[in-house]
Amino acid sequence: MAMSYDRAITVFSPDGHLFQVEYAQEAVKKGSTAVGVRGKNVVVLGVEKKTVAKLQDDRTVRKICALDDNVFMAFAGLTADARIVVNRARVECQSHRLTVEDPVTVEYITRFISSIKQRYTQSSGRRPFGISSLIVGFDFDGTPHLYQTDPSGTYHAWKANAIGRSAKTVREFLEKNYKEEHMESDTDTIKLAIRALLEVVQSGGKNIELAIMKRDESMKILVQEEIEEYVTAIEKEKEEAEKQKKKT
Amino acid sequence: MALANVLQSESVDFSNYGRKCRGFTSSLYETELGLESVGGDNLSFAVRTACSDGDGSERKIQFLHGTTTLAFKFQHGVIVAVDSRATAGAYIASQTVKKVIEINPYLLGTMAGGAADCSFWERLLARQCRVYELRNKERISVAAASKLLANMVYQYKGMGLSMGTMVCGWDKTGPGLYYVDSEGNRVCGDLFAVGSGSMYAYGIVDSGLKQKDLTVEEACDLGCRAIYQATYRDAYSGGQVNLYHVHSEGWNRVSQSDVLLLHQQYQAEKA
Repeated sequence: MAMSYDRAITVFSPDGHLFQVEYAQEAVKKGSTAVGVRGKNVVVLGVEKKTVAKLQDDRTVRKICALDDNVFMAFAGLTADARIVVNRARVECQSHRLTVEDPVTVEYITRFISSIKQRYTQSSGRRPFGISSLIVGFDFDGTPHLYQTDPSGTYHAWKANAIGRSAKTVREFLEKNYKEEHMESDTDTIKLAIRALLEVVQSGGKNIELAIMKRDESMKILVQEEIEEYVTAIEKEKEEAEKQKKKT
Repeated sequence: MALANVLQSESVDFSNYGRKCRGFTSSLYETELGLESVGGDNLSFAVRTACSDGDGSERKIQFLHGTTTLAFKFQHGVIVAVDSRATAGAYIASQTVKKVIEINPYLLGTMAGGAADCSFWERLLARQCRVYELRNKERISVAAASKLLANMVYQYKGMGLSMGTMVCGWDKTGPGLYYVDSEGNRVCGDLFAVGSGSMYAYGIVDSGLKQKDLTVEEACDLGCRAIYQATYRDAYSGGQVNLYHVHSEGWNRVSQSDVLLLHQQYQAEKA
């Protein structure tokens, strides 16, 4: 029947749900975890690295992408969908530089990505993007930001957040352990992100990929050794905390 | 300008008169033509009049190249000074033209070239600037505003637009001054003068800007004097000097002085 083909894929249900969008959010929950923390002088994104097959090249699986010198993002969900969104965002960052002669603000590019996602929930013949993303960076005036978008096209600013598998557990951990004073120190911010990921990731530091950006510097992806250093430091702190508990 | 059109179709003699006088006033006339060829890309904007003068030659629409507009940056912002005369050949069409367009409370644009082109595109720019402000919750920068204008008119390049404007404002990087024209030029600078009287104005401002920090009054006086001197020597500039000052809070209109009264004032000072 010709009619069924030009109906929009996303239609309202009788009780007001957009089921396709909700199913997309389910797809996101199946993706590997990503965590983001906004410190005072540094922003951190960490993702759970799935164990690669023996013959697979490790470097081709990158879940953290730079959008411009001052913004980068991580996602959870369908990798192929993410590639499209990241491409469009990268082009928009340069278009913005061309017309306005200023780098994008994190809020602007988040708004742009969200508008794309929303458009796909309201077009005929298209399905929503199956990704949630964490977008972090510094604005031109130096303020750090962390935003989260989801398949419906909404976005919110966060101090720290997690998406993907076990996002709820990680978020609860962050809510318990996020301390405003700790965010002044770069190492504490990074440690918080790693500790949050360690909660849900199997076999420790090997399966974590971390990217940080300090104000006025470009994004830096931490090498495995650096991550191991942080992990050992964290484990030491854990042991000492437990010893303290035993004493009292 | 519409007035010029009306005049040309009614009285053929005026444009002929200008051409006959070419021998004497050639330098000034050529300045005008020179600007036209810059704005036209060898595309002459011709108008066929009802009563042509026998040889059926096409008459060109006279644009506002006969003008002097000036803007310069200084420590306390930007001074914008313009004359107010509109000419159609050797006929003074108006002595009270507003050549500064108020784009929004913190951005100004000047008018040189086609009056309709300037005011239309700058009003369109005002609309774009407002939408930007609403979307991004902050004022648009002067660089971005001038870029928007330049991109808008670039799409019509070669189609006969004639516009030479200066976009002046104050944004978070300080005072901003850009020259934008219908050729697609967009240049950032500290001092611009546009129009047939621009050379005379440059002379005054260049010598007056020697001292590094001018006060607001000194800068206003400099702008006023530069336009006055241009009107003194350039036949196509005159009327009144409209003076604006752009500062961190926005722009305000400083003064509107009749050139004849300024002449008497400066003569008295000399004596």
